[in-house]
Amino acid sequence: MVDRLRLSRRSVLGTMTAAGGLGVLGSALPFAPALAKDLTIGFIYVGPRDDFGYNQAHAEGAAAVRAMAGVKVLEEEKVPETVDVEKTMESMISLDGASLLFPTSFGYFDPHMLKVAKKHKDLVFLHCGGLWTKGKHPDNVGSYFGYIDEAQYLSGIVAGYASKSKKLGFIAAKPIPQVLRNINSFTLGARSVDPTITTSVIFTGDWSMPVKEAEAANSLIGQGVDVLTCHVDSPKVVVETAEKRGVFVTGYHASQAKLAPNGYLTGAEWNWPKVYTDYVKMVQGGVKPPNLVRGGLKEGIVKTSPYGVAVSEKARAHADGVKGQFMAGSFVIYKGPLKDNKGNVVVAAGKEHGQTDIALESMNWLVEGVVGSLG
Amino acid sequence: MDDTALGWWGVPLAVLAGAIRVSTPFLFVSLGECLTEKSGRINLGLEGTLVMGAMSGYAVSYATGNPWLGVLVAGLAGTVFGALHAAICSLDRVNDIAVGIALMLLGTGLAFFLGKPYIQPQAPQLPAIGFGWWSSSQQVRDALQVNALFLIGAVLAPVLLWGLRNTRWGMTLRIVGESAEAARAMGYAVNRTRMLATMAGGFLAGVGGSFLSLHYPGSWNERLSSGQGITAVALVIFARWDPVLCFWAALLFGGAGALGPALQSVGVTQGYYLFNAAPYALTLAIMIATSSARHRLAGAPAELSVTR
Amino acid sequence: MPSFLSSLAVPAAALAASLALFGLFVALVGVNPLDVYQLMYTGAFGSWFSWQNTLTRAAPLILTALCTALPAQLGLVIIGGEGALVLGGLAAAAVGLALEGASALIVLPAMGLTGMAAGALLIGAAGALRHGRGVNETIASLLLSYIAVAVLNHMVEGPLKDPASLNKPSTAPLADDYTIGTLPGMDVHWGLVVGVVCAVAAWVLMRRTTFGFAARMVGGNPRAARMAGLPVGRLLIVTTALAGAMAGLAGMVEVAAVHGRANASLIAGYGSTGILVAFLARQNPLAVIPVAILFGGIGASGGLLQRRLGLPDASVLVLQGIIFVTLLASEGLRGRLRLPRLAKQPQEA
Repeated sequence: MVDRLRLSRRSVLGTMTAAGGLGVLGSALPFAPALAKDLTIGFIYVGPRDDFGYNQAHAEGAAAVRAMAGVKVLEEEKVPETVDVEKTMESMISLDGASLLFPTSFGYFDPHMLKVAKKHKDLVFLHCGGLWTKGKHPDNVGSYFGYIDEAQYLSGIVAGYASKSKKLGFIAAKPIPQVLRNINSFTLGARSVDPTITTSVIFTGDWSMPVKEAEAANSLIGQGVDVLTCHVDSPKVVVETAEKRGVFVTGYHASQAKLAPNGYLTGAEWNWPKVYTDYVKMVQGGVKPPNLVRGGLKEGIVKTSPYGVAVSEKARAHADGVKGQFMAGSFVIYKGPLKDNKGNVVVAAGKEHGQTDIALESMNWLVEGVVGSLG
Repeated sequence: MDDTALGWWGVPLAVLAGAIRVSTPFLFVSLGECLTEKSGRINLGLEGTLVMGAMSGYAVSYATGNPWLGVLVAGLAGTVFGALHAAICSLDRVNDIAVGIALMLLGTGLAFFLGKPYIQPQAPQLPAIGFGWWSSSQQVRDALQVNALFLIGAVLAPVLLWGLRNTRWGMTLRIVGESAEAARAMGYAVNRTRMLATMAGGFLAGVGGSFLSLHYPGSWNERLSSGQGITAVALVIFARWDPVLCFWAALLFGGAGALGPALQSVGVTQGYYLFNAAPYALTLAIMIATSSARHRLAGAPAELSVTR
Repeated sequence: MPSFLSSLAVPAAALAASLALFGLFVALVGVNPLDVYQLMYTGAFGSWFSWQNTLTRAAPLILTALCTALPAQLGLVIIGGEGALVLGGLAAAAVGLALEGASALIVLPAMGLTGMAAGALLIGAAGALRHGRGVNETIASLLLSYIAVAVLNHMVEGPLKDPASLNKPSTAPLADDYTIGTLPGMDVHWGLVVGVVCAVAAWVLMRRTTFGFAARMVGGNPRAARMAGLPVGRLLIVTTALAGAMAGLAGMVEVAAVHGRANASLIAGYGSTGILVAFLARQNPLAVIPVAILFGGIGASGGLLQRRLGLPDASVLVLQGIIFVTLLASEGLRGRLRLPRLAKQPQEA
């Protein structure tokens, strides 16, 4: 009840500033008192926040922020990547007094978030997945993302030990760089165990297509694949189908261990609670958050699911060893010589792309050992 | 070739297995729509009914632990939507297509709204029956895991055809669909017949929806239906208002849906959007090929607005 | 005059009844309906900010609603506006990129015309199939719309993909000159004006010209119209093409004013909401304007309902569905309720 009273006070404030003209909104003045008391933070999700996947991972981060002192968290789910998200951000700002915004879908960045950020130079906009570039993008904008392919590489190692048929399956939404990097890292991890292993990939065409995902899983299993993984918004269907068909599966985005008690090996998970609480502490402490944040296992942005019952001692030892190297910052996944699956050399012998290498963020090839091609 | 990998031979097998898996919602919705259209009305709202059936079936299965109870409740939810459609359509100057679109929206909205708590939990699933015991190949055995609802639908199709042709209510239904005036003159209650036909259609569509959440892919979420309900309406035209042809058409649509992933699993990845749109293009092509500006479609009920 | 009044009264009463039903629905899930109404007002019309939010959302709805409202004059039900919109957006973006370097005065009209042509081809095809082969236009336009969406996806992820678009496959961005800005002093883009102008023009065409008269005759009684020697086929094809052009233009506006490129975000459901707007406006092109604003307002308030009351995003869908169903029912009931009164009047006189 107290909460609602405070809200109505703020909406009055919002209406007043709006009546005073839009120009006022641009200055920090009206929000200064609100900032001193509590920080209002808006989280925007592209899908349902309980999807066992991408959006849930972010919502878990928001929940951790909600538990902090001196913050007020706003959440809106299923906001399309259109003028809708621009208006949602503006509405959070002018009606609810938000001063820190987390639009969590890649498609929100350009042009939508950039447009709104240019209008509100005193507020902070932090975006998941984008690539902030100095000079090109406003200074009150930041982007953050994790090298989740490190965790996918470890999943690949575990999958490589678990597979008897030496055929792995990867169900992906679209052939975009983030996805290709996961497919390649997963495959390289598996082939570090046994170079005869192949990964068959199926693109469903969209981020959430349950029937297509189930059909893809069944088709792959029908082709002899015995470990599945995926990069779609909600891995629930893939994980459940794998469990039903009695094959192994590794998870993505969040932990799906409880959906597949027998077949769940491990999984690549986001660790947004850490990232978001760190950011909020910075803003609360008056520190300007960095414009570009990237990191993997070492920085605690991504993590792996605990090993499932079916993971052998040998697999654990191997994966844990590589994980230790990731934590020490000494392991390089993309090390030459590497060929793509058409036989072209993509990373020359002696050449290395460390995780921070921006070149990896525009990946457009599938590594040798992947069965499939780009649309 | 070792026995774990069928390679290219796996493609037709995967398409067959996929056809059986993917076709069931098409089958039930199209059988339901077939009944409704035979009475002279089109219900475009079955998409909403399907989604509502998927949600309510899942919720009930989760709450009671009995998936068959879920199927029943999904059917009943569909019946209610059918009754609503028929009730509004029985008023004057109401366009049945518009009512269908309205109910599609309402059904989808209600299902999404009420279904939020059921996205996460796992509900008990419908069983499948193995028909592949004769084969030593695991792939064949897996492909022939046929779900119980598909079998019910496969039996229902010829039964409906027989019923439409040979029973009293089947003939009444067809007379009402051919000419409401004639039916009225013969003393049949046109609105009541249509009400019952639309309710029955809604029941079947709701059951079709429960298949999505309770068997394949077997969980509830908001993107569960990618237009199967509305495609099934087109499928009825494709099948010439014949329940048995609906069965074959549903298999064809299911197989078309399975072809894309099956080809990709052996490495053919190009143009998957166009593959996915193939069933729509096929339906359109067949509608164009078989329609005529001069006379209505063979088998089409004369009272049906879409064929006039 | 009384018919004009009653044509307003019925939708207004339906709207009130829908709000009451929606209130009852949220009350059943434990939310105070008065809070909901107040927040909806705040979010949609409660401040200058909210008004701008509402108007921005209304802009594409006016045009996609015309895609259904125009053919409705002929008695056709077209539901393929979504496909015409995305195809129009794709075509407009392709032209904007192909003509890069030319003056915006040439490129923007070219983009508009190409967008319209693409939409016109798609929906005009449904009209032509209806006339030439007797194919049902409702189903045909829907199927064509699905195919158009697949074509958009295929093109932006294949032949027209900008490699620099990375994780959101899109065409290359349009040059800044080729984007449409906002109205002076407002945070609403020019698409709103485009929509209003088109709606007025559509109304003039249908109500004040011979073409419109002929079209509505066909809608009233196709057989009589044909016997009167009206060119039914031409009317059908021209009207459906015009309708598609409206939605295609909406796509061009989305590309030029909102996204600055074509990508899958064009598939935003404006086409399906447009159908609703057209029916609630009783297929009157002028009435489409206020109804689109109303639906823009419902969309604008949806976020507030989520944030402040914890209602799911689907609340907006539920409300839209209730409004649509109630409106159709009230249309039908109106005749039923009025008939006895009409019968009584002569006795009194």
